[in-house]
Amino acid sequence: MKSETSYWVKTVQNGLIGGAIAMLLSLIGIVLAFGKTYIIIGLFSMGQVFVFTPIILESFVSARKAPSKNALTLLLLGGLSGLMGGVVLVVMIALQQVINLRSVLINLSPDLIALLTFKLPLALGLFVLIIAAVVIGVISAAFLLLPARIRGALSQAILTIVILGLFRDLIVTVITHWGFVRYAFLWLFALSGLSIPGVIVVFVVVGGLFYWRLGRKPKPVVKARTIQQQRLIRWGPMAVLGIIGLLLPVILGSYFSEILDNVGIYILMGLGLNIVVGFAGLLDLGYVAFYAIGAYTLGVFTTSEAVGIWHLNFWAATPIALIVAVFAGVILGLPVLRMRGDYLAIVTLGFGEIIRILVLSDWLKPLLGGSEGIQRIAQPSIGSFIFGNQQRLYYLILIGIILAGFISVRLKDSHLGRSWMALREDEDVAQAMGINKVATKLLAFAMGALFSGLGGALFATKIGSVYPQSFSFIVSINILSLIIIGGMGSIPGVFIGGLALVGLPLLLSQFADFRYLIYGAALVAMMLVKPEGLSPEARRRLELHEEIKEVPYEEPASVLKTPGELGGR
Amino acid sequence: MLRTLRQRITLTDIFIWVIGLAIAGVVIWGTIRTLELGQYSGSTWLDLTIKGLALGGVYALIAMGYTMVYGILKMINFAHSEVFMSGPFTTVFVALGLSNSGFLDKQPIISLLIMTLVSAGISTTIAILLERLCYRPLRSAPRLVPLITAIGASFFLQYAFKGVFGSGVYGYPEIKSLEQSWTFGGIQIYETQLVVIFGAIAMMLVLFGIVQWTKIGKAMRAVSEDKEAAELMGINVDRIIVFTFALGGASAGVAGILYTLLFPVVNFFMGFFPGIKAFTAAVLGGIGNVPGAFLGSIILGLLESIGPNLFLTGLGVPSPSQLKDAIAFIVLVLILIFRPTGILGERISQDKA
Repeated sequence: MKSETSYWVKTVQNGLIGGAIAMLLSLIGIVLAFGKTYIIIGLFSMGQVFVFTPIILESFVSARKAPSKNALTLLLLGGLSGLMGGVVLVVMIALQQVINLRSVLINLSPDLIALLTFKLPLALGLFVLIIAAVVIGVISAAFLLLPARIRGALSQAILTIVILGLFRDLIVTVITHWGFVRYAFLWLFALSGLSIPGVIVVFVVVGGLFYWRLGRKPKPVVKARTIQQQRLIRWGPMAVLGIIGLLLPVILGSYFSEILDNVGIYILMGLGLNIVVGFAGLLDLGYVAFYAIGAYTLGVFTTSEAVGIWHLNFWAATPIALIVAVFAGVILGLPVLRMRGDYLAIVTLGFGEIIRILVLSDWLKPLLGGSEGIQRIAQPSIGSFIFGNQQRLYYLILIGIILAGFISVRLKDSHLGRSWMALREDEDVAQAMGINKVATKLLAFAMGALFSGLGGALFATKIGSVYPQSFSFIVSINILSLIIIGGMGSIPGVFIGGLALVGLPLLLSQFADFRYLIYGAALVAMMLVKPEGLSPEARRRLELHEEIKEVPYEEPASVLKTPGELGGR
Repeated sequence: MLRTLRQRITLTDIFIWVIGLAIAGVVIWGTIRTLELGQYSGSTWLDLTIKGLALGGVYALIAMGYTMVYGILKMINFAHSEVFMSGPFTTVFVALGLSNSGFLDKQPIISLLIMTLVSAGISTTIAILLERLCYRPLRSAPRLVPLITAIGASFFLQYAFKGVFGSGVYGYPEIKSLEQSWTFGGIQIYETQLVVIFGAIAMMLVLFGIVQWTKIGKAMRAVSEDKEAAELMGINVDRIIVFTFALGGASAGVAGILYTLLFPVVNFFMGFFPGIKAFTAAVLGGIGNVPGAFLGSIILGLLESIGPNLFLTGLGVPSPSQLKDAIAFIVLVLILIFRPTGILGERISQDKA
């Protein structure tokens, strides 16, 4: 059986790939950074999750793609794949013992080796590591043999445990504010991660819940509802969200409010970039330029330092900042309108860098302060109410987001929004249909610049100063990643992306060192697996999965049924 | 007659021309003023010229990777700057090892060859992995998708190297026998600069030879002309694409070592600016065109080294060399506006630009 032998070779390959990924994660330092973040106190840490997840996944894939469905073969395949993964790690550790690689690979420290060998003596530890890898491989293959319902419940329970353990600090911080209710939950957690009884309870509760839910028969989706009910369904969640949004800083306290402010500014800019990239399909890598322009304009006009001019207040300076940002957007937009895709990306990147270099230079130092930036930016106030702290600033940012969100939602299905999408799909056809390319694209750039400028102005107010270091290329990438992860062109996607990509690294300080690594990996993975994003926009999904032509409802007989007409294009 | 002219020239065109003319005016005026001031002597300009030539040579080798991949896949390999970075950043440890063992001083030429081979090997590996894992599955995806993948891969590689080797700056050991310099009529020429210039020319000739005169080079040109037709003629397109990435990677690895001869420090971020500038150079020469990339790189190298002093000193801009990166970007913007086909490029149709 040639195909079967070749499959064993393939499994060895899979195992080696899994081991290599685990090794890479160890060498990059993620494993050690999370080595003390326990998921279950004393049992295993997030670092070990990072090491073993690639091995688990590769074993699972090896078993799932196996041609034979014989249970023993599957378990053997899983074990073999796990073994190979373990071997890679063992070889890495053994090599370090023979030749000192530490001077090159800075993370290959005794701490890492202790973590990988379960703090046992070296020889025993390596042996245990191999055995653990094999056992894990067999278990993940065995996972495949379980009925789907149990498998679903198990994986949900494990996922919940990992998430709860990972966010233990945050959850506990929030829970302790809850008065006597806290005693009902606090015992689930240990000093780091979950406590043993906590794990058992979570496992049983979540597992049971999902086992029950997966067993239910799906209800028919369509239901007759009165207009009042429909209205309630439409506005109810929004009202709840609105109230929560208003109360958030009060609930969370000042530390979380600062994080919330940062997330908010990024969401605001994400909404703007979403118009440029998501709606109009113009890949703008220099988005940070308008952010910088907004921040610096506000800084120059409101600072009480000598570099400033006019010394206006926030309310008078913000419109100027916005006008300058929009003007810059139009100036950039005009010459690059004829370029598409790749070239546009590089030119906008260049524009962003030009702005940063100019701001840093000695030439503009008398106006913009060079590398020292501008300090002492005035805080906005209404009457005697000063937006002095992070909690109060949150409301200012919230207003900005609501404004941007409202404009985005209204624009999306407007004439202009549809023109943008038409240009995105096919420029020539769109022009032939009478869409004014120049004006339409310029409006997209101007809208994007407007929100970015507003974000910059709010950022400058929040920090109270502006420095050129805050406006590097990485900010553009940050915003781009969040709209791509959320789903290009999707407005809820911006919120999801912002919370996940900006909020998480701020909440989990261990992630902060690896955030750009994770962004990069997430962008690639997203494009390979789910290019439409986490919360996809309907039209984009159709475009990216054109092979799927099925329609979920039964059509009336009178409708034409040629598959080409259902594709959406 | 007048009416058709008016229809053809839009407001946008006028605006763009005004910007272009304004920049040209500033450049000319600045040059005249600088030369009037006479702050720099003739030998300073020649020094800068040689520096610019060396820099241009390095850019040319990096630009090859962009231009060849663009020629075949019609995509900008945004992660090429990290392909460039990976070689010298890894090789620094080899170089330090050679230097510590004393081999570097005894056999500088062999050491340099070893370093070049290691650097080229690593860059090639990264380039091939990139193609295999990130770009191949997306070959038929909409245009934006591979570009975003490339940006993601670029960041992933940067920060993966940062994680593995640390965020510090590593210095390359000095090669003592390359420390010499000669003075011809007031111009100082360093041996490293000569090595870089001749190394770059040699590598360019090798690449040009491969593309022009070998069978696989012929296949590369065929694939870049028309992928489907090439496939029908029995060319293994996948293999050609991998070979193109490998060639670009190898040339970037060699460029990396030459770059460290000019600027002997490396860190994980070192690829960004040379990468963008090499791309600019490739566009300047006409993307997809091998001799064009060379010409564009030399011009950009010269502009970058002479430009700030020549154009800006006369305008009273303090420390103009701070703005050298901005000059490269402005050049890029201007070419893309006025001559998107580049100096030697053929006419690129609208959907390619």
